[in-house]
Amino acid sequence: MNFPILTSIILLPSLGALFLLFLKNDFSNDYKSSKYISIFVTFLNFLISLYIWYLFDTSNPDFQFVEEREWLKGFVNYKIGIDGISILFILLTTFITPLCIISVINTTKERLKEFLIAILIMESLMIGAFCSLDLVIFYLFFEGGLIPMFLIIGIWGGARRVYSAFKFFLFTLFGSILMLVAIISIYWLNGTTDIVKLYELSIDSKYQNLLWLAFFSSFAVKTPMWPVHTWLPDAHVEAPTAGSVLLAAILLKMAGYGFIRFSIGLFPVASDFFTPLIYILSLIAIIYTSLVALMQEDMKKLIAYSSVAHMGFVTLGIFTNTTHGLEGSIIQMISHGLVSAALFFCVGVVYDRVHSRIISTYGGLVSMMPKYAVLFMIFTLAAVGLPGTSGFVGEFLILLGTFHDNFLVATIASIGIILAAAYMLWLYKRVIFGKLVNKELLKIKDLKNFELIILIFLAIPTLLFGFYPEPLFNTIESSIKSLLEMYNYNLSLNINN
Amino acid sequence: MEIILLFLPLLASIISGFFGRYIGDRVSEIVTSLFVSISAILSIIIFYKVISVNYVNNIIIAEWINSGSLSVNWSIQIDTLSSVMLVVVTLISALVHIYSIGYMSHDSHKPRFMSYLSLFTFSMLVLVTSDNFLQLFFGWEGVGLCSYFLIGFWFKKEAANAAAIKAFLVNRVGDFGLALGIFLIFYLFGTVNYIDVFQQTPQLLNHEILFLGIRINSIDLICILLFIGAMGKSAQIFLHTWLPDAMEGPTPVSALIHAATMVTAGVFLVVRCSPIFEYSQLTLNLIIIVGTSTAFFAATVALVQNDIKKIIAYSTCSQLGYMFFAVGVGAYNVAMFHLFTHAFFKALLFLGAGSVIHSFNDQQDINKMGGVWNKLPYTWVLMVIGTLALTGFPFLSGFYSKDAIIEYAYLHTSGLGYYAAGVGILTAMLTAIYSWRLIFKTFHGSYNNGDLNIDKIHESPLVMLLPLVILAAGSLFSGFLFKDMFIEINLTQKFWGESIKFLTPLSTDHPPMWFILATPVIVTLAIPFSYYLFIKNKEILNNLIDLNRPLYDFLVRKWYFDELYDFIFIKTSKKIGLFFWKIIDIKFIDRFGPDGISNLIKYFSLKASKFQSGFIYQYAFMMLLGFSILLTFLILY
Repeated sequence: MNFPILTSIILLPSLGALFLLFLKNDFSNDYKSSKYISIFVTFLNFLISLYIWYLFDTSNPDFQFVEEREWLKGFVNYKIGIDGISILFILLTTFITPLCIISVINTTKERLKEFLIAILIMESLMIGAFCSLDLVIFYLFFEGGLIPMFLIIGIWGGARRVYSAFKFFLFTLFGSILMLVAIISIYWLNGTTDIVKLYELSIDSKYQNLLWLAFFSSFAVKTPMWPVHTWLPDAHVEAPTAGSVLLAAILLKMAGYGFIRFSIGLFPVASDFFTPLIYILSLIAIIYTSLVALMQEDMKKLIAYSSVAHMGFVTLGIFTNTTHGLEGSIIQMISHGLVSAALFFCVGVVYDRVHSRIISTYGGLVSMMPKYAVLFMIFTLAAVGLPGTSGFVGEFLILLGTFHDNFLVATIASIGIILAAAYMLWLYKRVIFGKLVNKELLKIKDLKNFELIILIFLAIPTLLFGFYPEPLFNTIESSIKSLLEMYNYNLSLNINN
Repeated sequence: MEIILLFLPLLASIISGFFGRYIGDRVSEIVTSLFVSISAILSIIIFYKVISVNYVNNIIIAEWINSGSLSVNWSIQIDTLSSVMLVVVTLISALVHIYSIGYMSHDSHKPRFMSYLSLFTFSMLVLVTSDNFLQLFFGWEGVGLCSYFLIGFWFKKEAANAAAIKAFLVNRVGDFGLALGIFLIFYLFGTVNYIDVFQQTPQLLNHEILFLGIRINSIDLICILLFIGAMGKSAQIFLHTWLPDAMEGPTPVSALIHAATMVTAGVFLVVRCSPIFEYSQLTLNLIIIVGTSTAFFAATVALVQNDIKKIIAYSTCSQLGYMFFAVGVGAYNVAMFHLFTHAFFKALLFLGAGSVIHSFNDQQDINKMGGVWNKLPYTWVLMVIGTLALTGFPFLSGFYSKDAIIEYAYLHTSGLGYYAAGVGILTAMLTAIYSWRLIFKTFHGSYNNGDLNIDKIHESPLVMLLPLVILAAGSLFSGFLFKDMFIEINLTQKFWGESIKFLTPLSTDHPPMWFILATPVIVTLAIPFSYYLFIKNKEILNNLIDLNRPLYDFLVRKWYFDELYDFIFIKTSKKIGLFFWKIIDIKFIDRFGPDGISNLIKYFSLKASKFQSGFIYQYAFMMLLGFSILLTFLILY
């Protein structure tokens, strides 16, 4: 067996966290070294994952770097591995986390060490979820991620943090319990929870609908889809900046990833059956939340609602059963991971200075903060989906794929693009342009170095993948192809029966 | 050479935008103007090559999107159509760059302004040189974005910000159509490259699809969707509301973007897609109707406006209407010819208006001007040339292109064609009246500005006048010089080559003599008529206004489009948004969802806790009760 490289990127952040645990939490050298350790660990992890991407054989549609160890004797194995889809999400995770750490160590004053530990453990769990090849292992990582997030919101959050943390926890837990039941029943039906084996065995179509619904309930809450989206704005508003970033950039993506890996992969017949449901909920998400976003007075809430709309596009694309739709959804998720992270950082920048998230507090920032204005504009445009940003590539392909499947759905979804421009540009105008009225803003300083670094690092891939998304396509191409082949093969089997 | 041409403006934009602070205002101005001028010279060389040796070329720069069966490249396609657009775009852009050095001399954000202008030029070049629909869409959105930046350039002005967002959003409505059109093209043809799509078009003539419950011919549907996009960009009626508001931007921007180049992108799109549009008579008829309606509507509104820039903006709208109905009657080359000449005289008029505004210290109301023709002699002469060209005064550029449009409409020999020709002549008359009204009220009569002493009025600097002179030369001669090439029936096919498709060759007949003479005579007579109406005898005009007050208000309020849209779309969206948020999200989902459940649990646990009162007799009573119920149950069943 080769060097367990995937296990090492899962464990590395946790080891870092363990190390931090033994450091003192006062203004001593230990305090400083906890900052360096966490940056070092997460950055190293990013480099390793880049190296994995480099080693990754894009022409091979199978799972690679597979590791398998016996765990619970006889029925659950610790099995991990990656394909072209998961590698991108792992990269996204290892890329966003160091940026969060940079932000946290520069802004957090209280209980810094514990915050860093929470983020590091979170990273381990998220990477683990993206490489699990066993349902039980996936479930553990997937749900485990809730706990650090719950703590981050509940401890470092704003005024109503406890309410939001519980709302977040209850919503997501409710969904996941059903998923656990479904996993157990899959074990009793097929005798295994190994995803690779399940792909080959294929689950009896008469059970698929129920199982699909159970998985759906978990993923729909996490995506979040309408009408179980109301936890997201509350969670975002109360979460500290880094928490919002992790939540929007990565946690939500687990659900999208889950839809692709499990709903499409394991239950093709049910996925096909429930496609109209997904279409309707996605359309509602796109139009409804865009309109709600338009009326928000709180910057974070606005971006949170826009996340729901953007994820609506993702769920739409996943179930189109076309290459364009699926590839578009993945690109959209990566893009949204970068852009929403950046937008939450942008809100964090002004929040740290003025301590207000209310849009009307601001106005005329461009004359005080020109650099901030430029970077904020780039991400605004990416959220609008302007060509030349990564947002365009994803949305365009999703709509192209949807159009192939259903004209009406694609036409309605396209209205969302008009609305996205409306709420984002209006937000930008009210914050950045106009006369500087609020006296408090006269003292405001432009971006500090660490903020500049974070935002520039996010801007680079946003623009790069807008003009040259080929590396992404190249990575996912063969995995998507084999996934769709399997999907359609199973569908045809079912029709023949 | 093409690559240098394309990327020089981008380079200029980057230098000026990112390093403007370090290299200084003057250097950024020179760099951007110089680079765009070089591009203009290269465009003229390419245009010359196209004329002389029928040069065509297609350069692929890089791969862009490659997903499944969709494969799109970054490319430069040079043919007659794109070379004409190249000349128009880069030439006007270079002149506007130079003019801006003078016009923006008091502004404190010069490098940013120049950077936007160059970036716009780049996007426009990307749009016109594309060989596929997706790159076109990229350029299409790119010019829209630059337009957004430039309209809102004076970011402290609330009106400018509002106008910028409005422009972007209304254009997005058009883009919605264009995007759906592209999806449909890809759905039907499996490709988005022009050449493949155009080749396959004839095979789909009788193909029908079900779209939103309507069974429709697929070619018709593609054309209608693409045309919706064109309507947005080219400010045609229903999607025109952004253009007059866009005048909040600096005047050079209005000249470049909102007169000469970006707004003509819609016309360009339809001409570029002539191999599809030729097969859709339905859409062509629709285009005639929309074009004529816009031409007429905008001209009537222009009659009563008092803002010098808004008058010219509505005039642009109206002239774009002409171009569209030229396309509608199948005279694509004539539409392009009008686009070409219009670029010169409309840019001239805008920049001239800018010069006037500059002289009046940013005054734009023509009621507060007047009697300054001898104070601004050069501007006056140049504006008069522009006006003559616009109105189609004999032998100036507008005469050749506009009269040709009206003639071809007549020669279309259909009801719609005659209708279009009639509206064309009527609109030409209105055009002449509002244009001369502008000139007379601005330069003649008595001086009406109380805020500014007439001695303070000064002529603009040379750097602003020089571009005007070049544009004036274009307005005077471009019609005469290029008419053979663009619209002469025998040379047309050779000149345009493959870039325009005529399913049926253009008619070679001539309309009757009285018809040919009608327009020039009307526009010439309009000069003394306007002079009488607006200078000599204002009483008649005032009486006329008083008599027709409702009509006058209707025109001044621009046919109430803004009010209507505000009511239908903006207020409604906001209301619905609030309803969804406050009522459905909070009062419904949250109340019955998470909050409801947790309240329910709390309620029952509170009730349950009451049982644990600590009194023995209560516990004993409950035990007894439970025991007897259980016993009854067991005995009965």
